[in-house]
Amino acid sequence: MSILYQLWLRQLKRYVRSRARIIGSLGQPILFLVALGFGFGPVFQKAGGGDYLSFLAPGVIGMAILFSAVFSGIEIIWDRQFGFLKEMLVAPVSRIQIMFGRTLGGATVATIQGLIVFGLTFLFGFHVISFAFLPLAILFMFLIALLFTALGTAIASMLDDMQGFQLIINFLVMPLFFLSGALFPLQGLPAVINDIATIDPLSYGIDGVRGALTGAFHFGLGTDVGVLLVVTAVFIGIGSYLFSKVQI
Amino acid sequence: MNSIDVRHLTKTFGSFSAVKDLSFLVPQGEIFAFLGPNGAGKSTTIKILTTLLSPTSGEVFIEGKSSVTQQNEVRKSFGIVFQDPSLDDELTAYENMELHGVLYRVPPVIRMGRIEEMLRFVELWDRRDELVKHFSGGMKRRLEIARGLLHHPKILFLDEPTLGLDPQTRSHMWQYIVALNKQEGMTIFFTTHYMEEASKIAHTIAIVDHGTIIAQGSAHDLQVKTGTASLEEAFLALTGDAIRDEDATSTDQMRMNMRIRGRK
Repeated sequence: MSILYQLWLRQLKRYVRSRARIIGSLGQPILFLVALGFGFGPVFQKAGGGDYLSFLAPGVIGMAILFSAVFSGIEIIWDRQFGFLKEMLVAPVSRIQIMFGRTLGGATVATIQGLIVFGLTFLFGFHVISFAFLPLAILFMFLIALLFTALGTAIASMLDDMQGFQLIINFLVMPLFFLSGALFPLQGLPAVINDIATIDPLSYGIDGVRGALTGAFHFGLGTDVGVLLVVTAVFIGIGSYLFSKVQI
Repeated sequence: MNSIDVRHLTKTFGSFSAVKDLSFLVPQGEIFAFLGPNGAGKSTTIKILTTLLSPTSGEVFIEGKSSVTQQNEVRKSFGIVFQDPSLDDELTAYENMELHGVLYRVPPVIRMGRIEEMLRFVELWDRRDELVKHFSGGMKRRLEIARGLLHHPKILFLDEPTLGLDPQTRSHMWQYIVALNKQEGMTIFFTTHYMEEASKIAHTIAIVDHGTIIAQGSAHDLQVKTGTASLEEAFLALTGDAIRDEDATSTDQMRMNMRIRGRK
């Protein structure tokens, strides 16, 4: 238990100490809120969609968590390149413990990042229906974080260096985000886009956050929780397996 | 009893054999130098001895425990200083030590005292709260030695521990290590490219090439055997003059990139 705690704490310390990274990672969400939120707001309103910023805000929160989480997982490559992974792998600790400690730490960091963006969305005029469901929204944020940290860990376990990083961002993380219903409602979409959004786990996470904060679920609360739990469990399983095979 | 007992160890990567039918014994309390040109199989052997890699065939016993079936016991029994730094740069010296203590399950009551003792031993106690990224290469090495010793290992593995250190730091480091060997009877297994270090410090020297031991004995034995006047000459007589090339790993390339970027 204290091993999990220390590995979790390590991730948090690293996060708190890298102020440049914290501030840097807020740039993209702010840009999305300004450019899309204000840019598409009037069109969205005219089309009868209501307040676009309040629709968009949960999507941007989800985006911040997605990027932070995948990055936390990928950081294993960093640990490998700079040697700290060796220190962990020769210690009398099981790989599963290392993977869990790291993943929980990374997920906590990503959730905090999501909460910071959540705070920022109010500056742009995000209207929350009721704060009664805030704990539910945070639960969804944490599930998104856990799911994608595990995915990042799984990917990092298969890569030797950061060369493939750009590939993952452009061909996995970006599509996961843009096709998730973070930016547009999932009603009345062309069949292809609808199918992709339905298999994109981030769709359920963002739907959950959006539902908890604005009251409008697309898939429904039960479906969101269920899908996220199952996919998270699967990714943690795959991540643990791949991490257990890592050789230095 | 033997600290390290390697029997017919072989490790192949695809069609390449990094280690071929390697056997040797290191008795408890011995300082054992493992020398060889680049690519001779030294690092692969250390990785197998320290459970980071599994052997293709053959057996390894560390303090009588199998490196394959009793990994946890083996891991508890040794400390290691790797060839490349393996500290967390974003943590302080103390935090690096503490994390290590937790990973090795050193009880909290003992842990704090032991961390202080070890950090004083390598003269880093005054700088315990500084982030490791601000440390020089020599300080990092000392911290790694302190960390490797924190859990009272019976064996200390050192993979080119003095690479890139100035003569003062090197001399200091070997003083610590020899003292540990004398006081606690700790077995020391090290690799180095500095022949005079091995000649001065090691009780037994094994020279490896192409994945197998080609000569073993004290520095004096090896010199007598080859009819040479120094270990360096003996080493060259045994392994030849040809320069060995190692493929650059992606880590080397990345380090190089970082250096280039850092200069801009």
